[in-house]
Amino acid sequence: MTAIPASGERVRTRLPGRRPLTILGERALEILIRLSGFSAIFFVLAIFFFVFREAAPVLFTSEFDPKEFLFSTQWYPTSERNVRYGTWALTFGSVAVTALAMVIAVPFGLGAAIYISEFSGKKQKEILKIVIELLAAIPSVVWGFIGLTVMSKLIVTLTGAPVGVNLLNGGIILALMSIPIIVSIGEDALKAVPDSYREAAEALGATKLQMIRRVLLPAARNGLLAAVLLGVGRAVGETMAVLMATGHAVQIPHGPLDSVRTLTANIAAELGEAAAGSPHYRVLFLTGVLLFCITFAVNLTADMAIRGLRRK
Amino acid sequence: MNLTSGTSRSLYALTATLTLAVALITGCGGGEQATSTTAAAEVTPIQVKGSDTMVNVAQAWAEEYKKVEPSADVEVSGGGSGVGIAALEKGTIDIANASREMKPEEIELTKKNTGKEPKEFTVGFDGLAVFVNKDNPLSEISIGDLATIYSESGTVTKWSQLGVQIPGVKDDTIVRVSRQSSSGTYEFFREHVLDKHDFKLGSRDMNGSKEVVELVGTTKTAIGYSGMGYATGEVKMLRIASKKGEPAVEPTVENTLSKAYPLARSLHLYTLGEPEGAVKAYIDWILSSAGQKVLQDNGYVPVGTAPAATSAGEATTAAATTPAPATN
Repeated sequence: MTAIPASGERVRTRLPGRRPLTILGERALEILIRLSGFSAIFFVLAIFFFVFREAAPVLFTSEFDPKEFLFSTQWYPTSERNVRYGTWALTFGSVAVTALAMVIAVPFGLGAAIYISEFSGKKQKEILKIVIELLAAIPSVVWGFIGLTVMSKLIVTLTGAPVGVNLLNGGIILALMSIPIIVSIGEDALKAVPDSYREAAEALGATKLQMIRRVLLPAARNGLLAAVLLGVGRAVGETMAVLMATGHAVQIPHGPLDSVRTLTANIAAELGEAAAGSPHYRVLFLTGVLLFCITFAVNLTADMAIRGLRRK
Repeated sequence: MNLTSGTSRSLYALTATLTLAVALITGCGGGEQATSTTAAAEVTPIQVKGSDTMVNVAQAWAEEYKKVEPSADVEVSGGGSGVGIAALEKGTIDIANASREMKPEEIELTKKNTGKEPKEFTVGFDGLAVFVNKDNPLSEISIGDLATIYSESGTVTKWSQLGVQIPGVKDDTIVRVSRQSSSGTYEFFREHVLDKHDFKLGSRDMNGSKEVVELVGTTKTAIGYSGMGYATGEVKMLRIASKKGEPAVEPTVENTLSKAYPLARSLHLYTLGEPEGAVKAYIDWILSSAGQKVLQDNGYVPVGTAPAATSAGEATTAAATTPAPATN
């Protein structure tokens, strides 16, 4: 006992009553936590694998033409005469709705985040945060319902469009759905900027707006970009609300008042009827792979953008 | 400052806890109720899925049948004829509703997957009505004109091309309202109006018959199609001529039954093989006069009761053609 080095002695005194069983339990817990961490990678790979496995056989059949799939607007999956699987109009619809949603959501979302983080009082802040979290908890089908009933009538009366379910409607609904995400993550990013930055700016005589523009926004840009991209992710992947609000028409829109159909809505609407294993079924899964690739590209660009910003 | 924020936080927490508690209590209550009903009934529910045209009448049948046979439990869902048939192919449902016939390859696939041949029951007839807004002066249209509006190769995109002036409308582009491809009505329209050619892309493809009628009712320049049972006061059913120049026929019960109306169709139920037990009893009841009465009340035309149906049929005709007076 006396031969035990001092450090060992210290450990014993610091952790009294530590038994081998406790140590074992701690190890097990550590492994469990590590597994949960790695499971994310596993699940992403597994999802991609299964979706791709359902889709793959159609890639090697003669009736499938990858060029047509990506760049043709002709979506006739159940045609009696000439089956065509062109998803360009659907991809365009997804991108257009998301872009419109972001044009609306980014200024409002970031504005709200800045207000909550920098301008509002303590009480107001608490209330705003709870309400915004409540907004994020509204189910997408309810948003779709609002789009279909309230928003579509508003759009018809205000713009004179023949039909209220269109690109604009879908864009507004998606914007409303992604604003809460942008606000809460954006606000977290701003909060993470140390107060010393603010104090330094104020000490240099900067006004509040100067301080936000020159100090806070550059300091929090990574987090703010992440907030916007999570908003984009939500908008691209949203299905039910766009299915109800966009009018579900396969076409390249000529303006915000035209109806569109998105990739996600198309899968939701058609997978139920496609016989398992049929080319239509496989092509719908391939559309899923395409969607996966789009979100992957968005995330990758975001990641590279953040890295690029960091290096500067 | 700390104190206020602390109080509000604990208030918030309290509210959350209360809400949760209430949710738990109601949730438990619901659960108990559900188990007690299943314990009392002890039947496997009859699963019915498919045609959106038939979903209203299928629901009415299920409710009405419950009164006759309280132990029965029929679960109805829609989605479209294609969805019902796809489920039947997998053998996950007992009855598929379809407003079109099953295709040979669908029958093949069902046999391959389940080992049973689908059995068809014709449970009623329906006229597929073409709707326009009530402000549209048009009152009849030929199948050929419909095809030029809806078909991929069709050239008509504006009402003025058909000589129609809609009052109070600047842009008279025709808003084509269609159904999504899982719909039996969609396939029926494609087969009988477009002669199996494809639809022109860019139509608003609605989820259900009711949504088609609603959109046509709120859009002055719209045209759409659905089962005639879905007519409302906001839309007008057009008389249909098989060919340009031939007399147009109104979608009524008599005209559907006599097949004078060009877009008359049959409504089907499909089962896996010969139905047995509860499913058989249910289908027998649907085909009985009580079941057919329910069908008729929902605006469809019953089967095999042509002469007897006239008196009750007139009532349905009157109900189904209410928007017609606006025509003239």
